[in-house]
Amino acid sequence: MYTFSRINEYIIMAWDSLVSHKMRSLLTTLGILIGVTTIITIVTTIQGLNQYVYGQLSNIGAKTIFVEKYPWVIKGDFWKYRNRKNITYKEYRALKKSLTLAAHIAPEVYTSRNVSYKNEKFDNIPIIGTTEEYAATSSLYPETGRFLTALDVHSNRRVCVLGNEVVERLFSKENPLGRRIRIGVEQYQVIGVLEKKGNFFGQSMDNFVIVPIGTFRHVYGGRRGLRIAIMSNKESSLDDLKDEIRGIMRRVRKIKPADEDDFSINQQDMLSNLYNQLTGTLFAIVFVIGGISLVVGGIGIMNIMLVSVTERTREIGIRKAIGAKRSNILTQFLIEAILVSSVGGLIGIVLGFIGGSMVLAQMQLSAGVSILSIAIGFGFSAFVGVLAGFYPAYKASNLNPIESLHYE
Amino acid sequence: MLIQIENVSKIYQLGQVEVPALKHISLSIEQNEYVSIMGPSGSGKSTLMNIIGCLDVLSEGRYVLNGQDVSNLTDDQLAQIRNKEIGFVFQTFNLLPRASSLHNVELPLIYNGTPRNKRRELAKTALERVGLADRADHKPNELSGGQRQRVAIARALINNPSLILADEPTGNLDSKTGDEIMKIFDDLHKAGNTIITVTHEESIAKHSKRLIRLLDGEILSDQAPEK
Repeated sequence: MYTFSRINEYIIMAWDSLVSHKMRSLLTTLGILIGVTTIITIVTTIQGLNQYVYGQLSNIGAKTIFVEKYPWVIKGDFWKYRNRKNITYKEYRALKKSLTLAAHIAPEVYTSRNVSYKNEKFDNIPIIGTTEEYAATSSLYPETGRFLTALDVHSNRRVCVLGNEVVERLFSKENPLGRRIRIGVEQYQVIGVLEKKGNFFGQSMDNFVIVPIGTFRHVYGGRRGLRIAIMSNKESSLDDLKDEIRGIMRRVRKIKPADEDDFSINQQDMLSNLYNQLTGTLFAIVFVIGGISLVVGGIGIMNIMLVSVTERTREIGIRKAIGAKRSNILTQFLIEAILVSSVGGLIGIVLGFIGGSMVLAQMQLSAGVSILSIAIGFGFSAFVGVLAGFYPAYKASNLNPIESLHYE
Repeated sequence: MLIQIENVSKIYQLGQVEVPALKHISLSIEQNEYVSIMGPSGSGKSTLMNIIGCLDVLSEGRYVLNGQDVSNLTDDQLAQIRNKEIGFVFQTFNLLPRASSLHNVELPLIYNGTPRNKRRELAKTALERVGLADRADHKPNELSGGQRQRVAIARALINNPSLILADEPTGNLDSKTGDEIMKIFDDLHKAGNTIITVTHEESIAKHSKRLIRLLDGEILSDQAPEK
């Protein structure tokens, strides 16, 4: 067979042809370039976000369940949830007493107060009332000092554990341990400082004060709604744990068998599912937009390739006269279309990555180069090149050598 | 026998009308002959050249080239025959405008799968043979008409074809340059190549050893040219 199988011959030929018409080649591939840039920008952004959001969601802990008044993802009528009863301390006691599948159960109750030490003051800090088990359910670790102990909680002591940012604001160089700070008007002794957790979408995660729940209820009132964090033990599944929680809650609340729950059992995967839904929709929209520009880009390539075939009729005639077969001519023009399209795709990948990095930089996140986006960029552009190049290449391969040689 | 054409006709279909371009032509050409074909426009000499060059297929009859019946081959088979057996030289040179001389010369070798290094080597040798070794990197627009035609001749020679087919090879050249080109053909003939030129200039035909005159699709005469 005389077919020259080595594809690089065609690539060299195609490259020469592209380079000899730089401006035209660039304009030809502009549609592909824009399409790929769009897609890669969004893919890079979403992947950067994913990495970050999943990292943050894992802070919540996959094995932790939250019993709350409201579900995290509200579907339908908000007022139905609004009219529910608060989760009470009594219900926490009931769960604490009866749950068998849980490793840790921590009540959480919230308010906010101004916090001060000497002349330093920090307004509206979230105050969390809880027990020693909160450390496990929220994966908190003391950096210095200690967390709440069962004794602190049992004796309703006036002690507090501080988030890292609170310490930075209130204590310049002083060691906070053992100092008394003022929360609202009450004085508390600092027993521990927590490790730094960083930011979540610009929101500080180190900006809170933890006190024993009994103290909290005593000082700030005992009728506030609770949230109860429950961590399953290693052996039992989350579903079993949820069933057990529901049973106890329904019993305590005296819900009739036919009635719906009037509380919510929340779990991290609700958030990740919601997030996946949102990004999934975004992905779909971008793929449609990117797809449209790729189609338009493909039409542009086909158009220029048809012009190019006409312009180079004589060249095709010469090549055929000296022995090029149809398949040689077809491959030559097809490779040229694929190459011009791929070059657009390549530039698009680079620009898209820069674009995505810039978007992520706005959120103080960093982007990673992913094989996926490179594959998407190259795959799409080469595919468009094949589709757009085939007809012109086929047309070229079918030209009659005699007529082509005399084409002016 | 290199070329054996038996009772060949070529009929073009122009709408409803059938136009015969060649009428039952028979012709034989031996190895190392130097033949010229003449005739006024419309005589069928271009059609005959296209058929001999395997660029066109005949309507009736039989054509055997170098022992192979090429009357009923497909386009791709004809392309292979052209690549292997025929070296073309055209009036308008027909070089690739953006390619260097070297690339133009090596082009036929690309289509028979010769490796790159070997191609380069052969193309350089062919350019040396036509005296253009120092113009290997020049593009056609950097060469004179005579130099372009010599590049085309080098391209025609590179595959050692059994037949060199020249269509008005001096038509676009001044007479002095034309003479130089014809001198190359004379030398090629002496070196053992078979050459067919199609021309309407008697002075060109005189270089050949055998002159075939066509008129209205038929052979008018077939004899040695008058010196």
